[in-house]
Amino acid sequence: MSAPVSDTVFPAARGTAPGGTASAAPVIELRGISKRFGKTLDVAARMAQGLKRAMGGTVPATVVRAVDCVDLTVRRGEVVGLVGESGCGKSTLGRMVAGIMPPSDGTVLFEGRDLRTFNSEETRKAKLKVQMIFQDPYASLNPRMRVDEIVGEAPRVHRMIGPEGFDAYVDAQFRRAGLDPAYKRRYPHQFSGGQRQRIGIARALAVQPEFLVCDEAVAALDVSIQAQILNLFMDLREQLDLTYLFISHDLGVVEHLSDRVAIMYLGRIVEEASAAEIFARPNHPYTQALLAEVPRIDTRKRQFTAIKGEIPSPINPPSGCHFHPRCPQAMAVCREQAPALVDVAAGHRSACHLNGVAT
Amino acid sequence: MSEAALQAAPTKQEKAGPPKQETPFARFVSEYCESPVAVASFIVVVLIVSIALLAPWISPQNPYDLAQLDIMDGRLEPGSPSLTGMTFWLGTDDQGRDMLSGIMYGLRISLGVGVGSAVIACIIGTALGLIAAFAGGKVDGALMRLVDLQLSFPAILVALMILAFLGKGVMNVMLALVIVEWARFARTARSAALVEARREYMEAAKCLALPQWRLVFRHMLPNCMPPIIVIFTILVARSITLEATLSFLGLGVPITEPSLGLLIANGYQYMLSGKYWISFYPGIALLVTIMAINLVGDQMRDVLNPRLKR
Amino acid sequence: MSDLTLDVQGLSTHFMTRAGVVKAVDDISFSVARGRVLGLVGESGSGKSVTGFSVIGLVDAPGRIASGKILFQGRDLTKLDERELRDLRGNRIAMIFQDPMMTLNPVLRIDTQMIETVLAHDNVSREQARTRARDALGMVGIPSPEERLMSYPHQFSGGMRQRVAIAIALLHRPDLIIADEPTTALDVTIQAQILAEVQKLAREVGTALIWITHDLSVIAGLADDIAVMYAGRIVETGRVEEVLERPLHPYTHGLIGSVPSRNARGSRLRQIPGMTPSLLNLGEGCAFRTRCERATAVCERDPQDTHPVAGRTLRCFHPQLEVMA
Repeated sequence: MSAPVSDTVFPAARGTAPGGTASAAPVIELRGISKRFGKTLDVAARMAQGLKRAMGGTVPATVVRAVDCVDLTVRRGEVVGLVGESGCGKSTLGRMVAGIMPPSDGTVLFEGRDLRTFNSEETRKAKLKVQMIFQDPYASLNPRMRVDEIVGEAPRVHRMIGPEGFDAYVDAQFRRAGLDPAYKRRYPHQFSGGQRQRIGIARALAVQPEFLVCDEAVAALDVSIQAQILNLFMDLREQLDLTYLFISHDLGVVEHLSDRVAIMYLGRIVEEASAAEIFARPNHPYTQALLAEVPRIDTRKRQFTAIKGEIPSPINPPSGCHFHPRCPQAMAVCREQAPALVDVAAGHRSACHLNGVAT
Repeated sequence: MSEAALQAAPTKQEKAGPPKQETPFARFVSEYCESPVAVASFIVVVLIVSIALLAPWISPQNPYDLAQLDIMDGRLEPGSPSLTGMTFWLGTDDQGRDMLSGIMYGLRISLGVGVGSAVIACIIGTALGLIAAFAGGKVDGALMRLVDLQLSFPAILVALMILAFLGKGVMNVMLALVIVEWARFARTARSAALVEARREYMEAAKCLALPQWRLVFRHMLPNCMPPIIVIFTILVARSITLEATLSFLGLGVPITEPSLGLLIANGYQYMLSGKYWISFYPGIALLVTIMAINLVGDQMRDVLNPRLKR
Repeated sequence: MSDLTLDVQGLSTHFMTRAGVVKAVDDISFSVARGRVLGLVGESGSGKSVTGFSVIGLVDAPGRIASGKILFQGRDLTKLDERELRDLRGNRIAMIFQDPMMTLNPVLRIDTQMIETVLAHDNVSREQARTRARDALGMVGIPSPEERLMSYPHQFSGGMRQRVAIAIALLHRPDLIIADEPTTALDVTIQAQILAEVQKLAREVGTALIWITHDLSVIAGLADDIAVMYAGRIVETGRVEEVLERPLHPYTHGLIGSVPSRNARGSRLRQIPGMTPSLLNLGEGCAFRTRCERATAVCERDPQDTHPVAGRTLRCFHPQLEVMA
């Protein structure tokens, strides 16, 4: 299925139809993944805290549960959209998938094998197969490196190309990302936002990945450039048979691009289904609210009716179902027990007590 | 599709050809030159450094060659001729040394000690700061408490204590200055490293499975340099001042290698007798040097300030 | 004509930079009537923010208003001196920024800042000012306003801060509010709340509102009229329904077409080729001609405003007269 990394410089275009079949093998599987952030205090701060407690004061909790026991599977060739608002943990989850951040709990399976069983060489290869495109085109490129270095450094370090083939290889990556190779000796600040994003894409493609995590990759771009980059993603998907985890808060973009969509709220996945299903028949109240409130270009002078309340802070999430303080249909059980993610239809999972799941 | 995509290629100016390449350094230079004061200060610094380097060839007299001195030339006014026919443009000190030559040679010591100690302190401090930032935990805590301790003592006090212990001498003075100054570099480097480590280009480099040493030296260090460079220029000026103070107090460089501070000290006793030139001109030279370096450092700080960057 | 709160005629704002003159705003004209919402739409570099700053008189050196008239309730703002402008700012004309921390001072409590704003233009007692501040917070939907007055900005979330900024803008019941991308950085659910509040307030108070954004979908739901900017010029204006359903300018056409919801799922998005040109190098003629598929030789000349349909303004030689697919 997947060509070895060092084999081909230009993997032959495969005629795989977009859409990824449900029976395709999973590339990345997350089981029970959690990530907690806490401040490690040094001696002086710990003494101060101990003193405060001794004097009867309370020390506030400083552990942030950014991601809370998430199961997610991404199959080969499919595009999974991950949607959520700030504090939901989608960026953290993306980084754990890309291997930049180790999970606090849970297992990450890469092509069926637990990542922890990999030796260092296999880990290195696995890391290269999963690449990430970042949100901020201004911060994601090293301002002091020339762009040909930025794109070509990793393939050279990992000995995918020799010094003779460097220029040709970098040129090819540039062209693939829609950039003119004549400008490769420039520095990032001389390019526009959209071009920088393309450079980031070229950098990711240069190591022959199979899986791309796009963390709000088009959020910082103008609408017309957004369209170009999204088209580029779709082209690359066909040409290179890539799998995507597309993280975004923009439901319109996610709907257009994804095969399956997962909705996150405060560290948990609250609903997951195929794109068509989730936009036609949203089950979870949060998904319904999200879809109702997204401004759409087709609506005219609509009445904005919003769900009340602020997004809670991940330091102190509400008990039970995280959404219950803002849910128009909250019941007593919602405050006490977190609902489990269960099937409500074929290939459609939702975590809500309203589905009559046995407590 | 590829046609349209190529059309998206960078063309900063549609009509003209590709713009000439602008390295970050070129941009820095052009932004630096926006201030005429800064350019003038830079020229002054270059001038002073040149004088210091070329002193053995351009000074009228070698003030440390006892054979050239005649005590009968002592305490002559500026502009007085000597018995050998040369003019003492800035007068002589009590030993008959030409002040102008003395200042030129004194600059060598002052600059040498100042810059040298700053460079060494920079290397040591930056390395320790980076280690602290990367290691985190106890190592970071221990190093930073050491830095706090170091910085809470007045610099002159620490230097005096060290020199009282070790005695006079150029090397000892440099050692004392390094001990006083490394802490500021360490703290600056650590803060810069902590900020840069979280930036997205570092995450991207991690994603590319690059080895750790490459991450630190190839990616992070170049981006940590701006604040370190600024601190460097400030601390060079500070070192020179500190060394001058120590020499003035008699605890710095020995008489055989007088720096500007020592020259000022030598002439101090004559200030009220009307023979002002023995202290005054070295004092002016010191003032101009430090001010020029500080102004250069000021402009560099403004130019390198990331908040002012696009 | 006389109930036009704002009437901008031929406004140009230029920036003198090292590299040359940047015509950030180049001969634009638009108007906003009492109680109407105008959506000023454009991408980065289009000059929409600079337009907002020009109206309220906050353009700093090296920029200056080069020509044109800004008629606010009949008075030309370009002819006023700084003192008169200060009288109007915050009082009759208010501005809301994208980053609420541009309005809020992080070291001052909210009540201090709001009372200060009230007292700047009205001669009332501190107690009365405080009451007005509390009512304003309530009006923007902040719960327990009395307690919240005692907080500092960092104790609020992003959405709340923006509401406080809006409350400050509303303290004097201005006749015109200029909002520069106030909800761009906020989450969808919070954005919806703020849009709801703003809509309600505009209706109740009768304020004219200029909403500057790049998001066409927000404008679709919020605005009455729309003006589309490109490279410092307004290329198209009209009522929102008409422009979005029947865009005349190729740029507007392309912009609407590239929105994902306007394309079949999974298909390639219709994209506008090329990039926004640098404002230093626009040259003569229509700024969009390098990216326009309908451009011809005549586009090398500057297009002027035309009115192909009643109530619409257009700056183009080749309007798109077919209906949107």
